[in-house]
Amino acid sequence: MGALESDFKALTRAAAIVVTLSHMSPPIRLLFATLFILGLSNCGAPANQTVMVEFWAMGQEGEQVKALLPEFERRHPGLRVRVQQIPWSAAHEKLLTAYAGDAMPDLFQLGNTWIPEFVALRAVEPLDSRLQAWPADALADYFPGILATNRLNGRTYALPWYVDTRLLFYRTDLLTAAGFAELPTTWEEWVRAMTRLKAQVGSERHAILLSINEWQLPVILALQRGATLLRDQDRYGNFREPRFREAFLFYLGLFEQGLAPPVGNTQMANLYQEFANGAFAICVSGPWNIGEFGRRLPAAVQPYWNTAPLPGFDAGLGLSLAGGASLALSRTSPRREAAWRLLKFLAEPEQQARFYQLTGDLPARQSAWADPALADNRYAQAFRRQLQQVRATPAIPEWERIANKLAYHAERAIRRQVSADEALAALDQDVDRILEKRRWLLSRGLQP
Amino acid sequence: MTGHQRHATLSAGIFLAPALLLIAIFFFLPVLAALLLSFTDFDIYALGDLNRLRFIGFANYLQLLQSPLFWTALGNTLYFMLVGGPLSVAISLGAALLVNARLTRFSGFFRTAFFLPVVTTLVAVAVAWRYLYHPRYGLLNYGLSLLSIDPIDWLGDPSWAMPAIILMAVWKNFGFNMIIFIAGLQNIPPQFYEAARIDGANAWRRFRHITLPLLGPTFLFVALMTMIGYFQVFAEPYVMTEGGPANRTLSVVLLMYEEGFRWWNMGYASAAAFVLFVLILAGTVLQLQLRRWKSP
Repeated sequence: MGALESDFKALTRAAAIVVTLSHMSPPIRLLFATLFILGLSNCGAPANQTVMVEFWAMGQEGEQVKALLPEFERRHPGLRVRVQQIPWSAAHEKLLTAYAGDAMPDLFQLGNTWIPEFVALRAVEPLDSRLQAWPADALADYFPGILATNRLNGRTYALPWYVDTRLLFYRTDLLTAAGFAELPTTWEEWVRAMTRLKAQVGSERHAILLSINEWQLPVILALQRGATLLRDQDRYGNFREPRFREAFLFYLGLFEQGLAPPVGNTQMANLYQEFANGAFAICVSGPWNIGEFGRRLPAAVQPYWNTAPLPGFDAGLGLSLAGGASLALSRTSPRREAAWRLLKFLAEPEQQARFYQLTGDLPARQSAWADPALADNRYAQAFRRQLQQVRATPAIPEWERIANKLAYHAERAIRRQVSADEALAALDQDVDRILEKRRWLLSRGLQP
Repeated sequence: MTGHQRHATLSAGIFLAPALLLIAIFFFLPVLAALLLSFTDFDIYALGDLNRLRFIGFANYLQLLQSPLFWTALGNTLYFMLVGGPLSVAISLGAALLVNARLTRFSGFFRTAFFLPVVTTLVAVAVAWRYLYHPRYGLLNYGLSLLSIDPIDWLGDPSWAMPAIILMAVWKNFGFNMIIFIAGLQNIPPQFYEAARIDGANAWRRFRHITLPLLGPTFLFVALMTMIGYFQVFAEPYVMTEGGPANRTLSVVLLMYEEGFRWWNMGYASAAAFVLFVLILAGTVLQLQLRRWKSP
């Protein structure tokens, strides 16, 4: 295929040159024609032994990963990597369009919640046969909950590149002043602490900042409560079920009791400033904010913030979501073997640790956490504990749409445009409609 | 048909064939494919494997017409068109009159300056306008603060986002219509104005009774093109607000794009495209009828 492609390029080049030549005076034409023929014969020479691996990565990862590649190219003299940097906002569409247009890269980064979708498309190459040649403990080195998001129907389709989850960022001084040495670990105690915080800061300020148009926290709470989200092999929504309902009411209660202000994420432009001046004492966020808080909070506040794992419904650590990004091979790529080498290289603990230093993205492999840069970061430790307790959202291509609907109906319930039960009924109805195709496929015995 | 005629038809056919072929392949075929697509549930599953495609008749259309989101988008689009369209036409006519007036100096310069936004890339324009609209550092709110008016969150406030988008779109587009109006104005023979002036008609009456009626065809053209263009509003909200806040700037084409390329519901998105096509067609026919009814 590669040879065909270069033949085609040579042909088009030849055509272009013939057109150009016809406009020239005869002696010059002769000169150019000679040069051109020399050039053609040069094309046939075996100078093109290097294989170019096309690698798509998003946002700052796409920028920073370039620093790791010289080492890879040094170790594999025959391989060259071309990194295509794609903005996160356009990444999903661009990958789908590339698939439809048969222009997939050889190796690509994808959010691990997108994996079911690309598996449904048959766009990613299963890695199982290649992983058999891997040392047995390498896979065990990954955070199990995160690795699980890369597995579907017993096969592994991608490997985690870096990990991401949500937990609590909080002001230690405000919490101490409210009479709590540490953040509680159960819902009940958590609400008690927040009520105390709220009583302490008055009506203008709040205990916790939540975004009313995000789906993550209600889903996390529901998973902690033991809700299944969907039922009958993910054929129907299961949001009116008592455990989901209980978690949903708890979530709405945080707003109703005035513990959280009802604001959307477009209205939270100055998160850092407001955290610094105590407008709220707790927020739910991800690892990127370790770096941001360190950079943006004023020096006076720096000693007084920390991170903590999420509280659970009852005793023990609460669950959070298995987020992050993975690396996958394109099923149609003729350079899968070369791409696999690059994937293996990026999965090495040393490269994972270096990548953390470059980007602040938390490594997917636990042995990379021994790196001093990470082991000495006190804010990262809560993430390490939380990452042992993460759960994936339902592994179906429709999840992203379902989550969108969930956020929409939750917002309406928070704004009291509908009651909680009306919101859940409407959500179930929307989700059942979204899953109609899946039900049809399953009923016909087709693989969704 | 005589032999000569047949010969002429044949050669015309041969000469037209390449163009017709191109139009058929690159225009009619995709439209036809999209029409067929709108009767299927083409989605991510079907993209991976065509066995997972179903023909579902008019289900997409029914679902679309029952979806509150579609009606929100249609309402927003009509708002954009009904406010932005006339505003754009009025401003471009005003600009054309000013630039074309005999007293205006440097009219070539103004013509170019007013036309400049039309040829500027929308994304660059949108970035600049986002600075203008910034609630805290924006020039617009600075101007308002001088008049001691409270700052407005132009793109974040549900009731201000659409006016903000309209303002930018009108600024960006009026130059094109202005040029067409100038051409129309220059086609009006100056004798008419001279005769009217001798008869004692003032500037307003000359405008009302000579300029406006003689600009009729230009008006129709400009109104039609503006309506069609504004019905298809996409890039402005896509770049500035992504349809937010609270779906208040979601347009029909943006909805279609989201369904098609974000969720990959190509069947549903195609149905939205054809509904929009029917609406635009109806609008065009209505305007043509109005014109015919006004000038029998």
